[in-house]
Amino acid sequence: MNLMLSAAATDSAIEIGNDVHWIGAFDPDLRAFDLILRTANGTTYNAYVVRGSEGVAVIDTVKEAFAGQFFSRFESVADYEEIRYIVLNHLEPDHSGALPELMRRAPQARLVISTRAPMMLKGLLKGSSNEDDQHSGSRVLDYLAVGGGDRISLGKRSLSFLHTPFLHWPDTQCTWVEDEGILFSGDVFGCHFCDTRLFNDAVGDFRFSFESYYGSIMRPFREHMRDALDQIEPLPFKVIAPAHGPILRHTPRHYVRRYREMCGSTLTNEAAATRTLLVFYLSAYGNTRRMAESIAAGAEEVDDVRVSLYDIEGGDILPFVDLIEEADGLVFGSPTINGDAVKPVWDLLSSLTRVNVRGKLAAAFGSYGWSGEAMPLIEDRLRGLKLRVPVKGLRVKLIPTEDELEVCRRFGRDLALHLTGRQEKKPVIDLAELS
Amino acid sequence: MPKAKVTFEDVGVTVIVPAGTRLIEVSEKVGAGITYGCREGECCTCLTRVVSGGEHLAAPSVLEDQVLKDNMAPRNHRLACQAQVLGGEIVVKPA
Repeated sequence: MNLMLSAAATDSAIEIGNDVHWIGAFDPDLRAFDLILRTANGTTYNAYVVRGSEGVAVIDTVKEAFAGQFFSRFESVADYEEIRYIVLNHLEPDHSGALPELMRRAPQARLVISTRAPMMLKGLLKGSSNEDDQHSGSRVLDYLAVGGGDRISLGKRSLSFLHTPFLHWPDTQCTWVEDEGILFSGDVFGCHFCDTRLFNDAVGDFRFSFESYYGSIMRPFREHMRDALDQIEPLPFKVIAPAHGPILRHTPRHYVRRYREMCGSTLTNEAAATRTLLVFYLSAYGNTRRMAESIAAGAEEVDDVRVSLYDIEGGDILPFVDLIEEADGLVFGSPTINGDAVKPVWDLLSSLTRVNVRGKLAAAFGSYGWSGEAMPLIEDRLRGLKLRVPVKGLRVKLIPTEDELEVCRRFGRDLALHLTGRQEKKPVIDLAELS
Repeated sequence: MPKAKVTFEDVGVTVIVPAGTRLIEVSEKVGAGITYGCREGECCTCLTRVVSGGEHLAAPSVLEDQVLKDNMAPRNHRLACQAQVLGGEIVVKPA
């Protein structure tokens, strides 16, 4: 018998621990998650129910279209009036889609969310809550906001919480059931892989999906991930129950170790003692290239700065993204063609959402024919990516002269000085001079 | 028009601005490390530490106050996209 079909057809809860069941949903047909993440194997929306001596807690729900599976599985192990708490480790709609209906079926249940989640909860449940505020006429939500170490009781069993924000939304948290050693980790340690055999020692090979999920979803937040791992690693967990993909019951610590490796540096910088400045450029006729070379040469004049020069046309995006993640400063040069920077620059800049670039130093430059929009457009994008742009960009009309290349050289030197904090301290300036 | 002096401590730049100017209008022009998200006082990305001179900033609006509370902002922190300078000398740095 086909295992996958038979298990999916039952819509029964699956036991993952003593009085702990998986009540999630299988979505084998999904091929693109959140528009950006492809999946060859669909996904699962993992939700759980934990039974104590005094009622049950539901941990997360499922995407709205899959609520039928979720409710059927829940009903196979508990009644709605038994629900004391609905714990939401993450409020993204693929985990909160069935929440409004669950709240209607279990109006007595208390929502438990992280301290960072209330505004998002209000945004998600506009008009869906189950209680009217008699004074304002608007609906109000009753919830319990919990932080790290807080605990809720189900009688002889309790659930506690790990404060793990930004994995991968501000609201995220993990829930820990100590007596069973089960960590409900939200999207952390998850992946998009649908296999109804459900447990990591029973499903097909999902390692590629586990790693690509980290790369697409968690990598931009690796500093937060390290903080979360500091809390998770000391726990005596036996099972990690994520919000997507296989439940990790066989050597779960292996997956934690892999996360620790992946959120380390992608490359070893042998010049670690110095600041790194990367100069990227594209050039149709060599003009922007000459500017780039002069900028790099100027930056090189400053001690303790390692300068690298790259022609975007000759490289692939992902290795550049790896370099950028580790760099301290970034400079992008593009000619202006038809009033815009050229597409390979945008391809690279649009890929930087995969990593955290916030606060890095950045600048833009380029040669142009008559209007020169590329430089300011790139600057806007750099600011949009939350980079720091302390030096106004540089444009040169068509072929740079020796004097203009000297300006480029000073521009590079100025950037390098900013990078090392040795820039000339400016006097007090008037706002009008900056406009 | 009354003027104020705003110093962005992380880049060591002081700017003279007219009263009523919001920090967002200045910080990007001098390359300070304060970063912005929604620019409308909702996302809290531009949370900024007011090192000194907080009394020279207009009091937070009800909306800003709520966002600061919801994000558990420490004391002496403001949203740079909302905070308006009134006069005097103010020193700020990214949170």
